[in-house]
Amino acid sequence: MNKDIKASAPTDSEIVLGILNNSEIVLKRLYTTYFPMILQLIINNNGNEDDAKDIYQEAIIVLYNKVKSGEFELSSKLKTYIYSVCRRLWLKRLSQMNRYGGDIRDFEEYLPVDDEVETHNDRDIQFNKMEAALQLLGEPCKTIMEDFYIHNRSMQEICERFGYTNADNAKTQKYKCLQRLKKLFFQQK
Amino acid sequence: MPAKAEEIIFSAEIKESTEMSENQLLESIERYFNGEMTAEERTQFELLRKKDANVDSKVVEHKLFIGLIKQYGERIELEKRLDAIHNEIDVHSLKEELLIKPNWIVNMWRHHHSKISVAASIAIFAALTTLFFTGKLSNHDSTFVELVQKVDRLSTQTHQLDLKTNTLAKQGVTKSNKIENPGNFRGTGFALSSNGYIATNYHVVKDADSIYVQNAVGESFHAKVIYTEPGYDLAILQINDPTFKDLGNVPYNFKRSVSDLGENVYTFGFPGGEEVFGPGALTAETGYRGDTLNYQVSIPVDHGNSGGPLLDDKGNLIGVIRGLQTQVAGAAFAVKSAYLLKTIQNIPSDSLTKSLTLSTKNTLAGLSRTQQLKKLKNYVFMVKVY
Repeated sequence: MNKDIKASAPTDSEIVLGILNNSEIVLKRLYTTYFPMILQLIINNNGNEDDAKDIYQEAIIVLYNKVKSGEFELSSKLKTYIYSVCRRLWLKRLSQMNRYGGDIRDFEEYLPVDDEVETHNDRDIQFNKMEAALQLLGEPCKTIMEDFYIHNRSMQEICERFGYTNADNAKTQKYKCLQRLKKLFFQQK
Repeated sequence: MPAKAEEIIFSAEIKESTEMSENQLLESIERYFNGEMTAEERTQFELLRKKDANVDSKVVEHKLFIGLIKQYGERIELEKRLDAIHNEIDVHSLKEELLIKPNWIVNMWRHHHSKISVAASIAIFAALTTLFFTGKLSNHDSTFVELVQKVDRLSTQTHQLDLKTNTLAKQGVTKSNKIENPGNFRGTGFALSSNGYIATNYHVVKDADSIYVQNAVGESFHAKVIYTEPGYDLAILQINDPTFKDLGNVPYNFKRSVSDLGENVYTFGFPGGEEVFGPGALTAETGYRGDTLNYQVSIPVDHGNSGGPLLDDKGNLIGVIRGLQTQVAGAAFAVKSAYLLKTIQNIPSDSLTKSLTLSTKNTLAGLSRTQQLKKLKNYVFMVKVY
């Protein structure tokens, strides 16, 4: 199975174009092509397959966002980029867990990707805050917020879903929820 | 955390009145960003932003915050997609596959390479020390066997008297040429000149009480050592037996230069007491462990070949067979003829009762191998040592 995937490894520019076009097939091929490499990296360096999954998905997200933002330049091989990001992320994770032995066993070349990983980390912190704030917000506010702002549902749909008798009530409720969400978000450290 | 949440909700309810106007502001901001305002409303709102810094910061904050919610939503969505892809991968078998490659030896090396290195260095050091103190590192090598048939030394001593009286008796009573006493050390020798000078290995005649040389037809002559060169493992004998007659001109000459690799060479000697022809080739210009005294030859030699002549195709004498290496089949060694010549030069002149004139004429050159051997036969002797 592994070899079949390698045989049909997509080219780097195919992947970049695919991400820009939201192609599910390309995302899947990207994911399956380089996962074995990262699994090997993590397993050989005090990690398990769950760590490998976490780290690899983070790296794919970093790549994805970078491509989407238009900042990604194909100056190096995609493989090297993914390896470098995973390596950096794993080093960070290892030192957080105090498992870092001061030596990572590399089998690929790598680039300095500290900036990317830092940016990703900052954003992650924001997202974690948002997640916590939404949890604290509770229902029905959470769903209203998600439906309206994330899933782009209309107020009409939301009205029907929650059984509000008129759109004004729903609107008032929505803004109340948003106020509270902002407060919960900014109160966190 | 839940306690905190309730508190916030509670305080939110108290401020409901102020929130109402805040809600209106939020609505305006959203309508502003969504482009739902009329041109007039828009200019009014922009004026309000300029006048009221509080309103302006709310606008900026709202934009960022909504952006963050949307990005958060996208992230969650992407994570779901990745999870779905991940679930299709057979991680377990992939892991197995990866784990086969770095097998336990590799892993052991990876985890303990420093310890293994230290252990290995200690082991090597210990081995070298042991070798050094047991003398295994010196040149006395157990694999080098000199080609003499050695019978037990003790028996030599016990038989000595017997043999001496025997020979004396035979010489005195019968004057017989045929003394068929097998020697305890037996090697091969060959004539240097027609008047009874013979070369053999030093190790063949070392510690000898008396020496007899026996020719191809079985006649034995008494001989004595007139000169030895233990460093070259060479000895020069002289036949001093009254029954010895001149041999006639020696058919081979003595090569001064070093012979070339691959040259066809052969020897003729008495391993085990019978005359044996041994063909072969010159395989190295240096001998055991690179010593320049010897040639290495590939000739089937045996104990008893020691001291035999090594000749090339043209009948030049190029060396003296000396020893063999037990670990390499067919590898034997021969002292180069140059050292034989040196040895002959070194013989003090008062040791020579007759002149030792080396043959310079080679009468073997044009002959076939069988004819060469026929001629050669008369100049090669079995050396018996008592």
